[in-house]
Amino acid sequence: MFSEPFAHGNSWVHALDARLRIGVAFIFSCVLAVATTWQQAKFGLIAACLLLICSRPPLRPLLRRLAAVNIFVLFLWLTVPCTMPGPAAFHLGSLSCSLAGLHLVWLITLKANAISLLFIACVATMPVAYFGHALHALRLPGKFVFLLLFTYRAIFLLADEWQRLNTALRLHNFVATSSLHSYRTLGTLVGLTLLRSIDRAGRIHQAMLLRGFSGHFTSLAEFRFTRRDGKFTVAALALLLLYFTLF
Amino acid sequence: MPLFALDHISFAYPQGPELLQDTSFAFHATEKIGFHGPNGCGKSTFFLLVTGLLKPKSGHIRFYDCIISKEKEFRALRREVGLVLQNADDQLFHATVLEDLAFGPLNLGLSPAEAKKRAEQTLAQLGLSNLRDRLTHQLSGGEKRLIALASILAMQPKVLLLDEPTNDLDPTHKKKLMQILHELQTGWIIVSHDFDFLRDTCTGFMSIEGQRLRRSESLHLHQHVHAHPLGDMPHAHE
Repeated sequence: MFSEPFAHGNSWVHALDARLRIGVAFIFSCVLAVATTWQQAKFGLIAACLLLICSRPPLRPLLRRLAAVNIFVLFLWLTVPCTMPGPAAFHLGSLSCSLAGLHLVWLITLKANAISLLFIACVATMPVAYFGHALHALRLPGKFVFLLLFTYRAIFLLADEWQRLNTALRLHNFVATSSLHSYRTLGTLVGLTLLRSIDRAGRIHQAMLLRGFSGHFTSLAEFRFTRRDGKFTVAALALLLLYFTLF
Repeated sequence: MPLFALDHISFAYPQGPELLQDTSFAFHATEKIGFHGPNGCGKSTFFLLVTGLLKPKSGHIRFYDCIISKEKEFRALRREVGLVLQNADDQLFHATVLEDLAFGPLNLGLSPAEAKKRAEQTLAQLGLSNLRDRLTHQLSGGEKRLIALASILAMQPKVLLLDEPTNDLDPTHKKKLMQILHELQTGWIIVSHDFDFLRDTCTGFMSIEGQRLRRSESLHLHQHVHAHPLGDMPHAHE
């Protein structure tokens, strides 16, 4: 259901310490999020692009993800210029689009794309399970990490459960129409999915207890900070320094 | 001294009939017991009570002759009494087989490197090394069952409690399971409706009669007639 199209490459970006990649993505996106000029945003966009190219992502899923981000941005293009006060750039019938609004939306477009590319390059290049382990290694509380990893795993189980019930319905020749019978059936389907999930969660908890689980997060993942990671850290710091001296 | 024992245990699920009533039972670590009985008579419940996942209405559980009731005490019991539940799907909760096998050893306090080694050893011992890097949700039903068993064996328990281990296993996987069991040094209690399987793996038998656990020393063997649906490919009788 969920594929991890960027996670399994063999570029040097993939080989970097996961903790470092998460740290870099976090710090740089914070810096970019508060950027106020086009130049700052463009600088970030170029840096993110370069890193992304180094991670050699597959093109099709990349375009699909960027499309998803830019659909949201499109809504901003449709609304912000018309609603922001200021001198008008042009008129569309009785609507006037303000120059300040256009400036702002372009800035948001640049920033949104820069941060998305940065996360695709740094964070999407590891499997979700590995991401969770790295967060734990970065001293995030175990409970959060459990929540993340189990949610990820449970989505598959929930989808399975739903599929099974759905198959059963189809075997009974059920066709959804706009009738009370249909709504009642679909309601039961949702309810049953939830009930079964609760039961299943209970059984999973039992299985965990049987294997000595005592509430502590454990993981096989071991993270190593290598020379390559050292070099990447220096490069990232230099870039940050350049950013702050330029702007 | 028995490894674990039940003393005067009674149990009923909320709004359910009494499943066990004032029943006692002692198990020694070297015993190999087949446990049979009709559906819903309390066989799985018995396993859950022993491992402390369910609490009895009255009576208590002993582990090495000490009465235990706290979660911490049951945790010590679960190190030595490995219960493999019926539904293998719910027991594999990691992405890959190796990670799943390492989960128990990590909880026992092994380092990641040791846990990984233990997981690999267990797979090799069971002849399942080829599944090492497979994703758990993509395993076949039979493979899932074997991996669920392996994930408990990775903790090196003294005895095994197996809940219907042959359900939905094809003859090949069943044979594999039999092989694995024959090479193990542990004792066990196996719940099954498969009398042939119990005869081949167990030396003693027990059942539930009138809400009480009963031991029976021998299995009543009888001849039965059965069909060979694929007449040109009959299975062998050993």
